[in-house]
Amino acid sequence: MILPALIIVLCLGAFAAWFSERKNPGAPRWVAIITLAIEAPLLAVEYKKTELIDIFSTNILPTWLDDFNRSWIPRFGIGFHLAMDGLSLLLIALTVLLGFMAVSSSWTEIKNRQGFFFFNLLTCLAGTVGVFLAVDLFLFFFFWELMIIPMYFLISIWGHENRTYAAIKFVIFTQVSSLLLLLAIVVLALISHKQSGVYTFDYFKLLNTKINPDVAFWLMLGFFIAFTVKLPAVPFHTWLPDAHTQAPTGGSVILAGVMLKTGAYGLLRFVIPLFPEAAHQFAPIAMTLGAVSVLYAAMMAFAQSDLKRLIAYSSVSHMGFILIGVFSWNTFSMQGAVITMLAHGISAAALFMIAGALQERLHTREMGRMGGLWSALPRLSAFALFFAMASLGLPGLGNFIGELLVLLGAFKVNALLTSATALALILAPVYSLGIIQKAFHGPLQNQPALSDFNRRELASLALLVLASLWLGLCPQPVLDISAPALKQVWSDNVAMEH
Amino acid sequence: MNSNQLAALAPIITLTIATIAVMLSIAIRRNFVLASNVAACGILISLPALGIAWQQSPIQSTLLIRVDSYVLFFMALLLLAGLAVLGFCYDYFKKREGENEELLLLLLTSLLGASVLVASSHFAAFFLGLETLSISLFTLIGYPLNREQPLEAAIKYLILSGVSSAFLLMGMAFIYAQSGELTFSGIGHFITSQPAMNPMILSGIILIVAGLGFKLSLVPFHLWTPDVYEGAPAPITAFIATVSKGAVFVLLLRFFISSGSHANTSLLNVFSVIAVISILAGNLLALLQNNVKRLLAYSSIAHMGYLLVAFIASSSIAPALAVESITFYLVAYFITTLGALGVVSVLSTPQTEAGDIAIYSGLFWRRPWLAGAFTLMLLSLAGIPLTAGFIGKFYIFTSGADARLWGLLIAIIVGSGLGLYYYLKIIVVMSMNVDATVIKSEEFSREWISSSILATLSLLIIWLGIYPNQIVNLLQTVSNTIR
Repeated sequence: MILPALIIVLCLGAFAAWFSERKNPGAPRWVAIITLAIEAPLLAVEYKKTELIDIFSTNILPTWLDDFNRSWIPRFGIGFHLAMDGLSLLLIALTVLLGFMAVSSSWTEIKNRQGFFFFNLLTCLAGTVGVFLAVDLFLFFFFWELMIIPMYFLISIWGHENRTYAAIKFVIFTQVSSLLLLLAIVVLALISHKQSGVYTFDYFKLLNTKINPDVAFWLMLGFFIAFTVKLPAVPFHTWLPDAHTQAPTGGSVILAGVMLKTGAYGLLRFVIPLFPEAAHQFAPIAMTLGAVSVLYAAMMAFAQSDLKRLIAYSSVSHMGFILIGVFSWNTFSMQGAVITMLAHGISAAALFMIAGALQERLHTREMGRMGGLWSALPRLSAFALFFAMASLGLPGLGNFIGELLVLLGAFKVNALLTSATALALILAPVYSLGIIQKAFHGPLQNQPALSDFNRRELASLALLVLASLWLGLCPQPVLDISAPALKQVWSDNVAMEH
Repeated sequence: MNSNQLAALAPIITLTIATIAVMLSIAIRRNFVLASNVAACGILISLPALGIAWQQSPIQSTLLIRVDSYVLFFMALLLLAGLAVLGFCYDYFKKREGENEELLLLLLTSLLGASVLVASSHFAAFFLGLETLSISLFTLIGYPLNREQPLEAAIKYLILSGVSSAFLLMGMAFIYAQSGELTFSGIGHFITSQPAMNPMILSGIILIVAGLGFKLSLVPFHLWTPDVYEGAPAPITAFIATVSKGAVFVLLLRFFISSGSHANTSLLNVFSVIAVISILAGNLLALLQNNVKRLLAYSSIAHMGYLLVAFIASSSIAPALAVESITFYLVAYFITTLGALGVVSVLSTPQTEAGDIAIYSGLFWRRPWLAGAFTLMLLSLAGIPLTAGFIGKFYIFTSGADARLWGLLIAIIVGSGLGLYYYLKIIVVMSMNVDATVIKSEEFSREWISSSILATLSLLIIWLGIYPNQIVNLLQTVSNTIR
């Protein structure tokens, strides 16, 4: 019962936040904090179960920590089927952590209609948690679509000057690609129906479907496009800089920290296990797209003058590593992809929080109008330096471990591509240090007195600093939790490599 | 005719009696409230009469009318839609000066026409039903006599409807000339007995499709739609969009399945072309609109295109699944369209229609519940989960994918992407911030009937979107009876 509770608590909290505004305009943010605080012990219970799993067991089933299955639409064999393994546990933990950060960064930024804001924030988180838990493909799609609409409202109501354009672009990109996903899911279910005579959308049953290679390629492409639009990888990335730039800070934190990860999660959970042969054939193209994303987005990041846009492009660049990692087809690179997902979630969220804090104080995102802030805002600047270092892949921090593992795994598969991607280790410092130099060094521009980070902001960012250090210094627990899940993704496909 | 056959006609008879009762009540005392109550009671009594007919079904009652659960289900849907429109009409017209009572009479006659239309199994009943429906609609569209736009819309509809009826009659004549049959099943027998499709029959069927295409506003025949949607009073627009189009689509499906002519390749090509251009043209033209009613008109053109995809699929997959898909989509479309145009109707006054998108700006902060309901309806039209529209779209995808209609499915995906843009445009306008002065100066009368209908429709949309089991089971039994 814990799995549905994870979703239901967030939904109930969302409505409570909305209605609490009538009593007291400041109440919704507290309701949101309390809701997230209830999520944490639920997750801790699930975490306890990871200890029971033997990493070296050969059996597939024990990788799942928990399972919840109820019939939903029996006509089509659709079930309300949730299940959690180590991968979903880690990503939900990230979701809850960044949920706190999103609430914290919206604490004073959102002044109008707080009730509806936190309603959307929490329903968006509920949809994301649902995506990480659903193992019925129809249910997965349901949540996949569901998280888009609240995010749309977050951008279009509380966003910045060009919010309408950005919000609509975001929805249309994700929606059109997700209709391809729906089509692929339906065709997959129909193929399974032809073979077994019963309709089912259940992940575990569909895994055994025998698909003609040509059809499998097209179905895989449907899934792949939907997930790489969300990820995003290069030809489909153009919605992201707009959405990020215009979103309120809380929205950016969720978008960069959690929502982008749903794309990577979909690749790991669905594309590879469901269509191993097709995905394996497609791997060189996917890895090339990943490498192009890494390099192109890093160069684009360098060319930006808008701070949030720069961070958005750096996200695209980091997501390229994940694409390479997932499609390199070995344990190293997949583990690296998972660590990158978590580490980037933390560092990008922190950078967006800092950008949001700067915008709240300076009313601009233009780095040309910043400069010399170190003397005015020493605490904020120190955090900015720390997370810029995290983003550029400084050893000792999470991103380094993730990217190193990805490159290590990918080198065995495609040395040339990996070497090219490794150039990003030069480009990332260029744009990351560019932020520090343009915004924080140099002479202080004529600014009215600025208030440095208060306790709330300090506490939030300090938490993220600790998380990033923990991931960087002792990643082994995380690797242990995700290993059984990845092993399952991968074990079916070991044969393919040889 | 025996007593069972008579009992099967109970809903139609009740509706006729109700119409006469409304007419008499107007003759005795001209009172809008009284007449509305009589009309509403008439519809409400017709609903249990469906139960009497259900016990007799399936039954061929006279040569003209066939009553089976498919027919009864749609009669119930039409009557409920009629009831909702009646509620909207009450709130809309009670503020209007002048004689409004005949409106209710016309509403009942058009419902009667629609009911006969869905039950017809013979060209005579088909034509009678369609004309009863259309002739009532001309008057309903032009009912606010003192305004220019409704009159223009009514005349446009009158002329184009006349043309389409001429097409229809010509088509029937062609078919009759060749086969000597007027019943749908007789035509079916004639077609199957022929080695190849008779060109005369084929052109007859195509003429009928053209005639029905006018009523459904499929693309080459859609030109009246935006003007009529814009000009007609908002509740009447809702009536045309749901009852009139729905009944015609139900008949189209019945005709093609009974006559067995839907498997013909050249006809399928015609339908495929119509579907694709309806989806694309409807959505593209909707992008250009700044009037909510015109926008909904173009979006309804696109939705009819989506429905046609499932209709085309019915030729190559198990007809029960296709019929189930069409039925579910129609139910979702009915609820959503009634809701969307119901909101327009609540915002309209007899003097001005709430067409201009500027009227909606900041609606979220002025009338949150109304804006919330409208948002829900628009999301359902766009096919977003949690709403009935999503399950409907899922059904269409399933039918289309089962029949391997990849080109049509791509058209749906492109169309949905375009559709999102203009649905979201309305939501954006509704969520814009407006000056406090505008809010203060506005006063609105509370319309309890419309509000409760909108609340019911919203709940239905969410219920069907989250837990559609009951209705899906019902539709499965319904769609198995059609032949």
